[in-house]
Amino acid sequence: MDFVLFFLTAAIALAGAIAMLVARNAIHSALFLLLNFGAIAVLFLLLQSPFLFTIQLSIYAGAIMVLFLFVVMLLGAEQVEAAQDKLPWQQPLALVMGAGLLVIAVITAVRGGSNDAPPGGEAAEAFGDPASLGELLFTEYLLPFQITGIILLVAVIGVVVLNQQRTQAQSEETPGERPSSSVQP
Amino acid sequence: MDSIQIPPIDFRLIAPLLVVTTWAMVLLLVDVFAIPANRKKLTGYLAIAGLVVAGLVAIPLWDVSGSTFSNMVVLDRYSLILTWIFLIIGALTITMALDYLPRHGIEQGEFYPLIMFAVAGMILMAQGTDLIVLFLGVELLSITLYILTGFAYPRLTSEEAAMKYLVLGAFAAGFFIYGIALTYGAVGTTNLALIAERLADPAAETNQLLLLAGASLILITFAFKVALVPFHMWTPDVYEGSPTPVAAFMSVGTKGASFAALLRILVTALPALEPFWLPVLGMLAALTMIIGNLGALSQTNVKRMLAYSSVGHAGYILLSIMVVSERGAQAFLFYTLAYTLTNLGAFAVVIALEQRSNATWSLDDFTGLYKRQPLLALAMAVFMFSLAGVPPTAGFMAKFYVFTTAYEGGLGWLVLIGVLTSALAVFFYLRVVIRMFMHEPQGELEPTLDRGLSADIAIAGGLTLLFGIVPAPIIFLVERSLVAAGG
Amino acid sequence: MLGSFLPILVLFLIAAFIAVFVITVSSLLGPRKSTPRKLAPYESGMEPIGAAIRRIPVKFYVVAMLFIVFDIEVIFFYPYALVFRELGVPGLMAMGFFFLVLVVGFVYEWKKGALKWD
Repeated sequence: MDFVLFFLTAAIALAGAIAMLVARNAIHSALFLLLNFGAIAVLFLLLQSPFLFTIQLSIYAGAIMVLFLFVVMLLGAEQVEAAQDKLPWQQPLALVMGAGLLVIAVITAVRGGSNDAPPGGEAAEAFGDPASLGELLFTEYLLPFQITGIILLVAVIGVVVLNQQRTQAQSEETPGERPSSSVQP
Repeated sequence: MDSIQIPPIDFRLIAPLLVVTTWAMVLLLVDVFAIPANRKKLTGYLAIAGLVVAGLVAIPLWDVSGSTFSNMVVLDRYSLILTWIFLIIGALTITMALDYLPRHGIEQGEFYPLIMFAVAGMILMAQGTDLIVLFLGVELLSITLYILTGFAYPRLTSEEAAMKYLVLGAFAAGFFIYGIALTYGAVGTTNLALIAERLADPAAETNQLLLLAGASLILITFAFKVALVPFHMWTPDVYEGSPTPVAAFMSVGTKGASFAALLRILVTALPALEPFWLPVLGMLAALTMIIGNLGALSQTNVKRMLAYSSVGHAGYILLSIMVVSERGAQAFLFYTLAYTLTNLGAFAVVIALEQRSNATWSLDDFTGLYKRQPLLALAMAVFMFSLAGVPPTAGFMAKFYVFTTAYEGGLGWLVLIGVLTSALAVFFYLRVVIRMFMHEPQGELEPTLDRGLSADIAIAGGLTLLFGIVPAPIIFLVERSLVAAGG
Repeated sequence: MLGSFLPILVLFLIAAFIAVFVITVSSLLGPRKSTPRKLAPYESGMEPIGAAIRRIPVKFYVVAMLFIVFDIEVIFFYPYALVFRELGVPGLMAMGFFFLVLVVGFVYEWKKGALKWD
């Protein structure tokens, strides 16, 4: 039963991801990504982690998705413009290398026996349970937890600082000037 | 449910980190509430004060060692010396920026707390003994740097640099977290000491293949952060586009902290995998030394030249990391300190010559500098000699230290490449010196030397010379550093 | 384990069914006589001016970003709420520090005027 469910959800997740890449309309891409997020959430559920399921839905499918849609509308970038590719050899090369990486990943997964439990032993009964997560967060992972707060604070500063209006007179160059965008050797 | 006991916490062990972060948070609020827009320099002074306080707090910790927060962080002399180096980096960067920011019209009070947060991330990377903490340290540093790189918006080069750094950095973060996941799958822990324990224990069924995959991904992350060839492509563009004090900070800060974390991972967690990573890192080091220095050779833009030179220096530092021994760690600390002072000084001189209207950082700006500003030219000469590794500078002692250590550690062929590329590097460093001393000045360029910059150049130059002539105290210090396992 | 999520699955199915049902029924039963006027975008009865798709102000984005940051911070409160009795005062202090950091960010952005619309 779990196995069938897994394959079904994994297939939906993959289909969503691929459709996101090939969709011409950026809004459609975003919606396919939403499908992908939802499928991933179910995968978390299959891994006995209801908390991650909730987070995946509320943060990724909720908040981050909204952000993506805002960006799309902000730029008015619903339609993909046929831009000229400055480095046309890059795409096939990336495809080949990505395929190579995939092969390596599959071999690692198959030969590495990634179905085995890590050497620490089988996961505890309450593993992934929100309450035991809370316990871990406040005992073993107390420091990482606090640092996360500080990282989020820095993120807030970043949002505010980089969005502050600055008058053109203060800037060093006129914005019309385009910098060289290619990587020079 | 029974009551949950939070494990005992020894706040002494993270005292410098605690001081820096809380000071930065308070400073952030003080800056918004109490400091008027035309007095933002005050924020800078307060930030420097915070860094100094953190440095002083760290002094009594010299004889303290131990780990806390469930072995997530460790305090040892290795991390303590690094903490001091990072605090110096932060303080010198702020001094450079005090007048640079208003001069370029990009002054915002947040700059200074952000630098402090970045320093906190670096300290975390030096102290962390768990992959999770190291990851968070890397992220704290990186996110801060994304903001600082784009600080000069709407200048397009700055935005471009921030974008490039953000996209590539996000990929690196993805690699890191995936590597941690695979490592956890292989050995069942993220604690560095425990990883080594599990690997050494024949009874534990560790998964070698998954571990190799995980370790490779983690190596890639650090290779990106310290700009090892072929993960260095972003360096020149990002350094050129970001505000110069930020570029200076990145060139020494990110490198120092990332290497510190990498060294701890290799020494504490993965000594058993040495036959795997030694040849890989060896190839990376060789490529980095060759391509970094060759790249610098063709640059006429001094900022880009320094970027490529920092790539080359990453190769030299990597040599000391690869010698997994106490000697290697000592050589690494010495090199980092010397390189920090020298490079910050060199960037300070670049700032002095940087014009707001026409920031090209061209080599021509240095032409005949000696005639105009003899002291500035002399200081730049010291920095160039030190970067090239010419005695009597700290750079020479550092290179000497690293090369002998690497040679004793059996990395003879890499030392050979190191010496050859150093000889090559002398050419482009000396080119700047020759321009300054042998040519007549041309053009109207008048260097702007404010108090902060002068102090910076004086401190960096003085110490570079001092440690080159009398390296004994520093060697005494680093020889007493021990990398604690923290298990 | 998964069985306890069956009601949620049923809920999802009902929601999906209603959505599909409404769309199908209205497309089957609804009259379709399209005229150019009917196909034109509705703009309060006015003649349409310009394209319907246009850029939205960056302010939305700032709010969304800040929302995400605080959303992530709030997520950490759920596990705490489940174990706060067992954690007692030390847990409260740990959470207090986390919350303090959050408040610093909030006060900062408020004072900076990032929450003001114009």
